[in-house]
Amino acid sequence: MSYVGIIITFVFVENFILTKFLGLCPFIGVSKNTESAVGMGFAVTFVTSVASLATWAIQKLILQPLGLAFLQTITFILVIAALVQLLEMVIQKISPSLYKALGIYLPLITTNCAVLGIALIAVRSNYNALESFVAGFSAGLGFLLAILLMSTIRERMNTEWVPKPLRGVPIAFITGGLMALAFMAFDKALLRNLIG
Amino acid sequence: MIELERQRITTSPQIHKPISTAAVMWAVSACLLPAAVWGVYSFGLRALVVMLVSIAAAVLTEFGLGLVSKRFTILDGSAFLTGLLVGFNVPPAIPLYIPVIASVFAIAVVKWTFGGLGSNWMNPALAGRVFVAFSWTGPMTSWTIPRNLVDAVSSATPLSAVKSGLFTYSGDAGGPMQFLSEIGYPHSAFDGKVTDFLRSVFEPLGATIEPGYGDLFFGNIPGCIGEVSAFLLLIGTVYLFARKIITWHVPVSYLVSFGGLVWIFGGSRFGSGAFSGDVVFHLFTGGLILGAFYMATDMVTSPLTRKGLLIFGVGCGFFTFLIRFFGSFPEGVSLAIIIMNIFVPLINKYTGPKRFGVTKKGEE
Repeated sequence: MSYVGIIITFVFVENFILTKFLGLCPFIGVSKNTESAVGMGFAVTFVTSVASLATWAIQKLILQPLGLAFLQTITFILVIAALVQLLEMVIQKISPSLYKALGIYLPLITTNCAVLGIALIAVRSNYNALESFVAGFSAGLGFLLAILLMSTIRERMNTEWVPKPLRGVPIAFITGGLMALAFMAFDKALLRNLIG
Repeated sequence: MIELERQRITTSPQIHKPISTAAVMWAVSACLLPAAVWGVYSFGLRALVVMLVSIAAAVLTEFGLGLVSKRFTILDGSAFLTGLLVGFNVPPAIPLYIPVIASVFAIAVVKWTFGGLGSNWMNPALAGRVFVAFSWTGPMTSWTIPRNLVDAVSSATPLSAVKSGLFTYSGDAGGPMQFLSEIGYPHSAFDGKVTDFLRSVFEPLGATIEPGYGDLFFGNIPGCIGEVSAFLLLIGTVYLFARKIITWHVPVSYLVSFGGLVWIFGGSRFGSGAFSGDVVFHLFTGGLILGAFYMATDMVTSPLTRKGLLIFGVGCGFFTFLIRFFGSFPEGVSLAIIIMNIFVPLINKYTGPKRFGVTKKGEE
């Protein structure tokens, strides 16, 4: 698949949040205001891009030659955890306010299934190094798009009278569901017709 | 101290309008009436039953949820309008439980859970329609042959006939209307007169006119109950514009951006290069007029500023083009509008008026 195809696939057609329903934890948890949502989006984008490149290298250079492919999942989790730790230190240094806003959700990227998901999907699709990186980057962009839109909608809902039992997380899930309904317009046929 | 308890504080913008919500809703419903009557004339009493059932389901849902939340909002007409629009957006021969589910989904899930009228961020009627369109694809795309096309064999809509026909087509038709003539798409007797008139005007100017535009414009085509007659829908908008219930921004930016994209890229499917798409064919099919004038203009789910409205309209036009020409659905209007509904809070955020008295960092 071409690089444009990979970008469209992971931003729209197989958006991790709205089509694959991966990585919902930060999507619901950090989407209360736009600033921290965008910060989270960029953090995830960074981690997915670097992680899919790193896991590609580990898969091709270490696991496959040594016949250790069965260790894939646990190795990938370890690599991702190390990357997130690095990111956490960087953010704490560069932007303490963002670090505070992200709070518990930053370490949670470690166990964010979206990051492990893109690493595994990139390996299974037999992408080369650059394709893996582009796939990881666009999966992160798709996450950024979804969480940005979600946060603006939730900011708007702050001023509305939402029925009490639905306030907070339930209405966020309903919102996400309706967004996913609209994103069903971006399907595989659209991708096929667009890039041939 | 000001006695705040006796005042109702609502969300901004607090602009005074000499027309109440209820008056707006009933006015829009009244403007849809000619198209509804045409739908009943064209598709038979069954269409009336479908519309009444949709409206009843929507109003009853609103009433039931009003009992739960102790807020009685039946008389503002919004549930009636939502139900009517659901009825407009389904095929006439649909099993009745489908519009019922669409109406209940629209009122209960899309509107009420967010706090009722004014709080929903997605257009309820369209979300209801899309919900059932994905769930019951077959019944939602089984069309009825309209009364004036007596000799019709197939009941495909013009858009779906073109879309599915092009998969296996290898001829040399120059556009969708030529293509439809080639596959023997039927025309009404009335269309003959319109075509003769158009030919008498345009053929001296060197243009060739295919038959069928009269049927598209006046609504002698299969389709959803309320979407077929562009002519009657446009008549209704005259009153909406006169009362300033809708402004020109969304419909014009929607139709111009969509028409422009069709004109530039639409001809490529027929191998006739750029700047040769059939704009007229695409403007009057697939519920575009209903969507652009009556649904994209919904006050609640469209942006607040003029600039925002223009961005919203162009986005609707772009996504309609994208879905209609490249996606798996022939129409694309309802999906395009609800996709843009998602972007409305973002558009509002970045097109809002400048705040004075604050510095960039937000310090007073």
